[in-house]
Amino acid sequence: MNHSYELPVDEVSYNFAFLDEFAKREIRRSILKAISIPGYQTPYASREMPMGRGFGTGGLQLTLSLLGAGDTLKVIDQGADDSVNAVNLRQFVELTCPGTSTTERAAEANIIQSRHRIPEDRLTANQILVLQVPTPDPLAIVEPSEARRKIMHGESDYASLLTKLYEDIVQFDEIAISNRYPTRLNGHYVIDSSPIPRFDVPKMHQSAALILLGAGRERKVYAVPPFTDAVPLAFEDVAFRTEAFLDHQGTRRHCDRCDSSTSYLDEIMHPDGSHHWQCSDTGYCNDRCARRDSAGSGAVRS
Amino acid sequence: MKKILEVRGLTKIHGPGCPLCSENTGPEAETNVCVSCGSVVAAQDVSLDLHQGEILGIVGESGSGKSTVVKTLFFDAEPSAGEARFFDGDQQLDLFSLNAARQRWLRNHRFGMVYQNPNLGLNFNVSAGGNIAERLLMSDVAHYGSIRQRARDLLTRTEVLGERMDESPRRFSGGMQQRVQIAKALATRPPLLLLDEVTTGLDLSVQARILDLILEIQHELNTAMIVVTHDLGVIRLLAGRTLVMKYGQVIESGLTDQVLEDPQHAYTQRLVASAL
Repeated sequence: MNHSYELPVDEVSYNFAFLDEFAKREIRRSILKAISIPGYQTPYASREMPMGRGFGTGGLQLTLSLLGAGDTLKVIDQGADDSVNAVNLRQFVELTCPGTSTTERAAEANIIQSRHRIPEDRLTANQILVLQVPTPDPLAIVEPSEARRKIMHGESDYASLLTKLYEDIVQFDEIAISNRYPTRLNGHYVIDSSPIPRFDVPKMHQSAALILLGAGRERKVYAVPPFTDAVPLAFEDVAFRTEAFLDHQGTRRHCDRCDSSTSYLDEIMHPDGSHHWQCSDTGYCNDRCARRDSAGSGAVRS
Repeated sequence: MKKILEVRGLTKIHGPGCPLCSENTGPEAETNVCVSCGSVVAAQDVSLDLHQGEILGIVGESGSGKSTVVKTLFFDAEPSAGEARFFDGDQQLDLFSLNAARQRWLRNHRFGMVYQNPNLGLNFNVSAGGNIAERLLMSDVAHYGSIRQRARDLLTRTEVLGERMDESPRRFSGGMQQRVQIAKALATRPPLLLLDEVTTGLDLSVQARILDLILEIQHELNTAMIVVTHDLGVIRLLAGRTLVMKYGQVIESGLTDQVLEDPQHAYTQRLVASAL
């Protein structure tokens, strides 16, 4: 962050973590309700934040309401720590939450706010993952009326979503949902898993870490409590599958930097037309590179 | 014969309703609108019995409340009074006192409905096969292969070409849309099928084929049906027993031949005379 920047005099009086204590308390109360009813979209009074809706205001409000002195935060945007969205949010927290620290290593953080990815390393019970969500309701694509959607959720009526999957298989021979995969929690509510790739959806199942999902524009918060079943919707004979990253010979691609063959890979194209593949989770990739360099002996294969 | 449905005193009033509603409306008053409170009495004190494998016809002019009766039975509308018992195996279910989830379960597993307007019964955003899949998925079938096979079988049975099952029904003709609707309603082999003006607006040859189809289904599956229509020809062909409704009330009921050959009520006499 720009360390020479100081808050203007009229903004110095902002409360710790920007939101006032009543706002934070209201958000925490909604979070508790969301945890109590896995997958239920709990409404909350999403506040105006000093950034546009759609830039992670939902996730940020959850994070701010949870942060306290001594906490360590990591902010991820599409797996990276250094893209605009992540940098902005991290600087905002550094500016408004004195006494907290930020990190780029997932293992060191006890609160991780993320967009589009869940970190590669398995999270622990001491960590909370906050995901930013643009559209919290998975039924929105099949039912325009929110009143009717609420009834459908209440009755666990997700046939119309499954019909969408059926149509996908008819048209494309496979389920063509690349992200925001509808996932059933604890045998009842189906959630929009936020724009994480299919690759990350199984990480929600029986996750040791609490996962909170916040939608700022839609004013909803929902949760995957620790050790809860999270099962992606699929058919008995057409299973859910994740991205395989196979090359033309059918072997798993590796990260060009750290050589990992188990991580989610980004395809990077060069102006000369060549492609290469690299971990999307930069913290994980950097860690592996650092470990390899300190070991000093060739590649570390995982 | 085993009774499958018993309806007693079914009443549907749109508006506040008042004690005078029943006197102020009906065939004698020649109106649906209560003069004291302005409510519209869509159906009043309708009672009927339906047995397994039987086709019951409900006939009457538009606004006589015949569609209201089937809509309340399919839970599309809530009745103001009255009760309906559905006999499911050994169970007796009081339809209107069930909670919403149980009603939806019955709708999906035990009842089938074919609307006059395919827009109401079909989802045009998904393919014809998808429409049938939706109904099967509602009744907890979760095996893609068997859903697909069942959808193909049903569409073949209702004479929709199997090759067109992955097309949107939007591109189908009216008769084909109606056949897809029938296939969808039959997907779960429901013991009770409600048909609301299924042949209205179709040309005669298509009408005849759909009526044939309905009769064949009745013979094959022994499905009980309630057929709502204003077409006496349809009633004569399909229904064993018939109710005649006017201004929300049943004015005559009995065996179809009896009602059509020897109508007792003045309105029925006029209806039969004008049809012949």
